Amino acid sequence: MKLKHLILGGAVAAMTAAAPLTAAMADGHGKELYIPNLSYRTGPFAGGGIPFANGFNDYFAMLNERDGGIGGVKIKVEECETGYNAQKGVECYESTKGNGALVYNPLSTGITLQLIPKAPVDKIPVLSMGYGLSAAAVGTKFPWTFTYPTSYWSQMSSILKYIDANGGLQGKKIGFIYLDAGYGREPIPLLEKLAPQLGFEWVGFPVAGKDMQNQSSQWLNVRKERPDWMIMWGWGAMNATAVREAVKIRFPLDRFIGNWWAGAHADLDPVGEDGKGYKAANFSGVGTDFPALQDVKKYVVDAGKSQVEPDKVGDVLYNRGLFNAVLIAEAIKTAQEMTGKDVVTGEDMRMGFENFDLNEARLKELGLEGFTGAVKGSCADHEGAGAIFIQQWNGSDWERTSDLITPMTDVVRPLLEEAAENYISDKPNWQTQECS
Amino acid sequence: MELLNEIFIEPFVLMADIPDLFVQTIWEGFVSGILYALIALGFVLIFKASGVFNFAQGIMVVFAALALVSLSQFMPAWIALILTIGIMALLAIGIERAVLRPLVGQDDAILLMATIGLTLFLQGVGETVFGGEPKAMVTEELGLPTGSTDWSPFEGWRVTLQHIDVAAVVIATLMVIGLAIFFSKTRIGRALRAVADDHTAALSVGISLNQIWAIVWFAAGIVALVTGIMWGARSDVSFALEVIALKALAVLILGGFTSIPGAIVGGLIIGIGEKVFEVYWGGIFGGGVEAWFAYVLALIFLLFRPQGLFGEKIIERV
Repeated sequence: MKLKHLILGGAVAAMTAAAPLTAAMADGHGKELYIPNLSYRTGPFAGGGIPFANGFNDYFAMLNERDGGIGGVKIKVEECETGYNAQKGVECYESTKGNGALVYNPLSTGITLQLIPKAPVDKIPVLSMGYGLSAAAVGTKFPWTFTYPTSYWSQMSSILKYIDANGGLQGKKIGFIYLDAGYGREPIPLLEKLAPQLGFEWVGFPVAGKDMQNQSSQWLNVRKERPDWMIMWGWGAMNATAVREAVKIRFPLDRFIGNWWAGAHADLDPVGEDGKGYKAANFSGVGTDFPALQDVKKYVVDAGKSQVEPDKVGDVLYNRGLFNAVLIAEAIKTAQEMTGKDVVTGEDMRMGFENFDLNEARLKELGLEGFTGAVKGSCADHEGAGAIFIQQWNGSDWERTSDLITPMTDVVRPLLEEAAENYISDKPNWQTQECS
Repeated sequence: MELLNEIFIEPFVLMADIPDLFVQTIWEGFVSGILYALIALGFVLIFKASGVFNFAQGIMVVFAALALVSLSQFMPAWIALILTIGIMALLAIGIERAVLRPLVGQDDAILLMATIGLTLFLQGVGETVFGGEPKAMVTEELGLPTGSTDWSPFEGWRVTLQHIDVAAVVIATLMVIGLAIFFSKTRIGRALRAVADDHTAALSVGISLNQIWAIVWFAAGIVALVTGIMWGARSDVSFALEVIALKALAVLILGGFTSIPGAIVGGLIIGIGEKVFEVYWGGIFGGGVEAWFAYVLALIFLLFRPQGLFGEKIIERV
């Protein structure tokens, strides 16, 4: 009897306490834009996950502090630890999607592949910013997945273009060292298609996840194969080890190019002077010399509201995470303008992602002039075919050493369309869309 | 026919064609093997004393190395090294008191589960205290050599010897000799062997099981620290190092769970075997054979010699 009274009393107390909250929600107070952050601050890949998560969180925190959120509604970012593990990533997705999630950023190709089929069912878009399934760039076949500002395949074509402009590609042997996981294997179909078309030979060197710090065999093979250039699709502790091993076999570092996940401060800081000359692709600015970054410092970092160490603001992956947040913020703003609602839904967000326009003028307005190339949302093109630039390690910091390099869209796009068609060919109920 | 060529002809032609690559491969395998053996040694010490397969040995490597690197930010590396040794001693005593002592007499599976729990605990504490970012080992500050020397006895030859690899081999060898002397010549070492042979008999002659366990876990902690310094100096100190320790499982199956020489021979077989197989036969499988070579070899041993090369053959009467 006592227990019954206790439960009833508790229920009444809870309802009483909730009443003002409900009223506040109804009249517009207490509303929020909920964004789950599938991050990893633990495990072997934490070195990349930590700065990215900090940049992501801090940009939204800055918008909350400086502007009161987006369109007058505060943003609530909730982190869920995935450990870069696909199973944990799905658990994070399932546990947060019911909170009104607007978009998912898996920060892992493995997790992205798991979430792609869930997105149309739950009507929550997936933004795999510069990673994930390249074929998702085809908006007609993947209405709910976006890879802005570009895809792995486009990036690979830009890197090949860079090599072509620096000594030619014809007749050359390209070594491709990659993390032997969904992420690392992603550009292989493109290499297989492009090699005969562009007249180069390629040879792969897979690195198992558990051997990331034990790569001497792969580099003995590199010595055996004698490639003219090396390209790396690495992540986490793999990157620094690969650069050290390249130094060990005296592979010329200015002919070793990492992708945009293999060119962070976290990767090269431990290598230091020995890594001088190593190159990497990038699509987001480095440093704090941008008004938006200054605002992040002022409103968030200096105010003690960030987890980042102050001297890490502006690092490659911090800025990459921040750029991820910028894309989402722009999609939210666009969705708010298009629907007239201040609290948007996942479906509205999808519309926002297909219609935002992050042009040069808008980048300047955001305090990010020169930070990245323009990105425009589109119904058919979910990658934006954005350009990359090459940066080079000078022994203590990254220096931008090239102009923006656009992808070989004419070559890559038909291959993406073909891959998208293949992906859905055995899925009869797959949701597609028409784009005018 | 092409496959037969790839298996039986091409690799040997390549060895003859580029002999310095073959020597370099053997050397790299030898260094890896020594480091695998060091990790395996940590497992053997604990298994010998308590019959526990210490799942936490890998994280102990990471924990010790991270403690050293982190402390070195605030003090000279040698003082940090001494403090880290102190931390590993406290850890050993803590494990004996909080984990092992309450579980005396329990089934081996329960003790194994306890070491898995210990792994998770050390992961959590390590990530909270030291952070998850990779860190550079304080190689030079510890007086360890860096740089490399080329060995070119013939024209066109180049075998590169990294000084840190040479140091790893020397230090690991000294450590093994030291441990061998400690366990065979000292009173504590003999007590440990008595405990390993028969817990009850050892207790009956007045050997303190608790003291022995703490000493053995401390010794395993020191081995973990040395391993962490050496692996960390070759790449970085990060939580990815923990998974390399899994390879020690294959080393133990080859060498036997209770044999120190077995750990060394097993480590060398796997280290050299996987490098040679990857470089000369890996192409047949599309590369990446290093990821599974050790385990396949261990599986073959389990089929034909389950006690390992140096393990004790267990004969049970039924």
